[in-house]
Amino acid sequence: MPRRLSNNLLSSSPPIPWPSFTSSEKSVNKPVPVPVPVSRPSKIAQFFSSTPKDKDRYNSAAAALLAASKAQEQAFLNSSPTTISNPTLSLPTISLSTARADSSNMDEPPTTLFQPLAPAEARRLQRQYAQFGPLNSQSHRYTSRHTGGEFSEPIMDEPPYFYLLTTYISYLILIIFGHVRDFFGMKFKADNYRHLKSRNGYAALNSDFDNFYVRRLKMRINDCFNRPTTGVPGRYINVLDRTSNDGNYHFQMTGTTTETLNMSSYNYLGFAQSEGPCADFVEEKVRKYGLSSSSTRADVGTSDLCVEVEQLIAEFVGKESAMVFSMGFVTNASAFPALVGKGDLIISDELNHASIRFGSRLSGAMIESFKHNDMKALEAKLREAISQGQPRTHRPWRKILVAVEGLYSMEGTMCNLPGLIRLKKKYKFNLFVDEAHSIGALGPRGRGVCDYFGIDPAEIDILMGTLTKSFGANGGYVAGDKALIDKLRVSTATTVYGESPSPAVLAQILSALRLINGKIIPGQGEERLQRIAFNSRYLRLGLKRLGFIVYGHDDSPIIPVLLYHPAKMPAFSHEMLKRKISVVVVGYPATPLISSRARFCVSAAHNKEDMDRLLSACDEIGNVLQLKFASGIAGGASPLPDSVTPEMEKSRKALEKHDKIAKQAVSRPNWTFDELVRRGVQDVKVPLR
Amino acid sequence: MATTSNLTTASDVLSTHIFSILNSVSEQFHKLPGSAIFLRYVKSSYQNDPVRSAVELFLVLFAIRYLLARSYSTKPGKVRLTEEEIDDLVDEWQPEPLVGKNTIFEDADLEKRAVIVGPTGPKCRLQTGRTVTNLASYNFYNLVSNEQLKERAIQTLRTYGVGPCGPPGFYGTQDVHMKIEADIAAFLGTTACIIYAQAFSAASSVIPAFSKRGDIIVADKAVNYSIRKGLQISRSQVRWYEHGDMADLERVLARVQKEQAAKKQLTRRFIVTEGLFENTGDMVDLPKIIELKLKYKFRLILDESWSFGVLGRTGRGVTEHQHVDAAEVDMIIGSMAGPLTAAGGFCAGSDEVVEHQRLSAAAYTFSAALPAMSAVTASETLTMLQTQPDMITSLRENTRVMWQQLDPRSDWMTCTSVPENPIMMMVFKADVINSKRLSLEDQTLLIQDIVDECLAQGVLVTRAKALSAAASGAKSDVYTHRPALKICLTNGLSKKEVEKAGTTVRHAITKIVTKKK
Repeated sequence: MPRRLSNNLLSSSPPIPWPSFTSSEKSVNKPVPVPVPVSRPSKIAQFFSSTPKDKDRYNSAAAALLAASKAQEQAFLNSSPTTISNPTLSLPTISLSTARADSSNMDEPPTTLFQPLAPAEARRLQRQYAQFGPLNSQSHRYTSRHTGGEFSEPIMDEPPYFYLLTTYISYLILIIFGHVRDFFGMKFKADNYRHLKSRNGYAALNSDFDNFYVRRLKMRINDCFNRPTTGVPGRYINVLDRTSNDGNYHFQMTGTTTETLNMSSYNYLGFAQSEGPCADFVEEKVRKYGLSSSSTRADVGTSDLCVEVEQLIAEFVGKESAMVFSMGFVTNASAFPALVGKGDLIISDELNHASIRFGSRLSGAMIESFKHNDMKALEAKLREAISQGQPRTHRPWRKILVAVEGLYSMEGTMCNLPGLIRLKKKYKFNLFVDEAHSIGALGPRGRGVCDYFGIDPAEIDILMGTLTKSFGANGGYVAGDKALIDKLRVSTATTVYGESPSPAVLAQILSALRLINGKIIPGQGEERLQRIAFNSRYLRLGLKRLGFIVYGHDDSPIIPVLLYHPAKMPAFSHEMLKRKISVVVVGYPATPLISSRARFCVSAAHNKEDMDRLLSACDEIGNVLQLKFASGIAGGASPLPDSVTPEMEKSRKALEKHDKIAKQAVSRPNWTFDELVRRGVQDVKVPLR
Repeated sequence: MATTSNLTTASDVLSTHIFSILNSVSEQFHKLPGSAIFLRYVKSSYQNDPVRSAVELFLVLFAIRYLLARSYSTKPGKVRLTEEEIDDLVDEWQPEPLVGKNTIFEDADLEKRAVIVGPTGPKCRLQTGRTVTNLASYNFYNLVSNEQLKERAIQTLRTYGVGPCGPPGFYGTQDVHMKIEADIAAFLGTTACIIYAQAFSAASSVIPAFSKRGDIIVADKAVNYSIRKGLQISRSQVRWYEHGDMADLERVLARVQKEQAAKKQLTRRFIVTEGLFENTGDMVDLPKIIELKLKYKFRLILDESWSFGVLGRTGRGVTEHQHVDAAEVDMIIGSMAGPLTAAGGFCAGSDEVVEHQRLSAAAYTFSAALPAMSAVTASETLTMLQTQPDMITSLRENTRVMWQQLDPRSDWMTCTSVPENPIMMMVFKADVINSKRLSLEDQTLLIQDIVDECLAQGVLVTRAKALSAAASGAKSDVYTHRPALKICLTNGLSKKEVEKAGTTVRHAITKIVTKKK
């Protein structure tokens, strides 16, 4: 082989079941048993098949994918295919755009001369690809990194006023309807309102008024939330089908499941897998350590596994010491009371997660908030706080803790870390960064926002994060200086009262971390990191070009698409589910009243073809639901001519602004899906526009 | 225009000059679009009452003044400073370090925390290389390394992976979660159940989901930390009653009822207590509380974190033990982490109670769901409890054996737990404290010494560790935690081994206490 294949995931998988920790490198070059393609391409694969190149030589058996992608990879990386000695590649070059083989198609008569793959093997591969999609081209990778220069806020596009107005009218209509129904309901169906009224000397458990929004607005679209699932929340997720006869109060399971493309789980690096090195490692540790740690950390809930995980996390995030907890929410809820108290001030970003607010309230410190990601607003707050001191007494604050998140889960924005560090140096506050979403998902080495911006983690006092998301485990961590963590070990409530993480969870963290930092199966961690970065940019660019309003920074794997009208939330969700894609829709109170949105969470388990499938679905649904609001100011413009560099355009824009030349008419992005796919991969690698 | 009419009626000596000006002004005014509407409004509101128009005019002027006024801070006592002064203050300000230094005792405590190498069993190996008898883990039924459970867990791993990668609302609810919810509800005999990803987070999330500002909570003084934090975050009015004192409870309830009747207001009212108390190990008198709750019309939140899976013939908890229908309790909070050897907590109750939590309980809505493996393990252990009640009887037997070794025979310490509780909380006897004049700190140090001595003799026990609830923002500390030695029994040891361990602990107590002058 001319070079070591960096795509270990693919290259090592078909001959043997997942590589064990040691043999993975060797297995790469083992001869691959000739996989025999099944003839029929899956319908979906055909439908979403993207490039003409793929179309003219297709094949559908999932098993043949490996060989195909290897061939593709080789062809891509190395233009002399004669050097390839792998027996697999003596097969006709075959390719498949998506990694699916519908099992329903397996019994159809083959139309090629090849014998179908053994059903067991096909099933195994189908299963594997349902959790983690194959990477079909090495060009579908990108490194997540801040490109330098001032870190600017993303431009927030707004829809025409007509849509804003009709959104308000929609809510008005819903509220009026709700009240009318309540009026008659209370008259004729008093039984249904029993729990909202005080009776028998008991006050109502939740009041009629507090409950109105849930009862009359959320209940209408309740089937879009809490959808039960089964199996691994990987690249695909199996949603349990359900119906309701009573307006979404109760659901009946139909007993069937739907396999959908998973755009909803926080499975950033694709570690939600029931097979592969992580699962093998977890199995080994469960056999050895059992099911539970059966104690709190302060008592005897610390195992050697725990110690190892903490060391590895500390090393990973670049801090002296770290501690793990069995739940992410509680990590914040109990870290804040241990850090600050009376006489201290917490300045918190207005969009911080509920757990930060919960913890802040428990701490007894004063809480102020500043406008989301607005460094000027933060500076003004700091100046006021330091100069005025504590309210009424005017005594100086004992300390000020600024709490921000690395990546905001509803907006897709990253914190302005360079700006925060600048302010920190001047105003001497302590900085708490919640990396619940950013750890693993950002940075060239997946080490979160510090890594992304190339900032020394020592600049930040406390790095907190969850292990639920990127690592496919559960729980959270706090990392900092040794003295700080030692103090937290004796003063954090969860350490003293909460159960310590179970061995299975610890093993998952350990193996995922080792994979990311390349200790086991070098290359695979890097591949995962680069795939999520590519997918995120590709999807974001595609959505912008289709004319959707998308929030957030370009490299963020959280991509919210604005829907505005409340009725479009269920419509979007249902249309997506019809196309077998599961998405999350969120509205008030998680977002401001008007900006209801759908949120896509991109994963390394997806590949470009999945993104194309999603974009094509969005394109159709966007037309039907009139979702293409974008005015063009936030991106989606046609690419620059070859002779113009992004810098040149930037300076031109600056000049225009300076000279007050009439703004060049910004045109609404209006790309066709085919154009999008044709240009996508190359345009992702340059600054998005 | 109102002024115009006022002036004209008030005086008739006005010169024609002014009249002409006014005329031209009114002409101009009539030309303005919308002036007719304005005039009509003024005429209809005038109604031959100049005062009325004067008030309206004043209001208009006030509104204009208010809108044009400079914005000002509503914070009282804000000092106006120039930018330079602020810069100076910023330069001068020196914050305290983020956390204080560890005290010597805290450092020692950290140092002494046992690190278990390998599985947590009745005998476990420590990092120091020693194998000790483990009387510190909540491994009551010795199920941590149960082969059958492990097989089920691994099967689950191979179907679901480890984490559900999302909160329950966003595709994090898996069928196994729905199963364990149904299992617990059926086991307890309630209509519904909701599970939390960590037991510790359940109580502090359930309470604020229901009890809001203005509501009243009556709580036992000895309730655990998680409940306290729930009370704090709920911002409700909290009334305390003496630990386990039903007469005091009745007094408090009666007073609350009287106050509310006098004010003619009706708020939500709750009684919050525990089944087996985490801090003391003793048991609640549930029938009496149910009687009082019905009499005074309070709702009951019962934290069964330490009694679920332990009390009763099949481990249904304090309701089974004291023959109370679980449906009488409005909310039962429990843990799947202890006796069930899984992880997470739950809250069982009526349909409305549970559904309300799915949106309003912070730890449910905003946190990732429980790993599927833990949910399946909990389901399995529940079945085992129901089918193998001898597990519970043999645990009680082991507890009884340990009691015999310690409570009647030790001259120094006594057990505050009930005999059914496999967690024995040993505290110093009152006369020992008096005669040796032991402060709380002395007691803590002594107990730590006993723990160390036991470990030297090959028995792993722990000191009941506690954070002061006041330290992190609670207004006052109503309950002083009595330093205690914590001994957790397990099925995994034979009667002989328990006896032997009990003797070791007793001797350790005697040795340490007699050494102390």
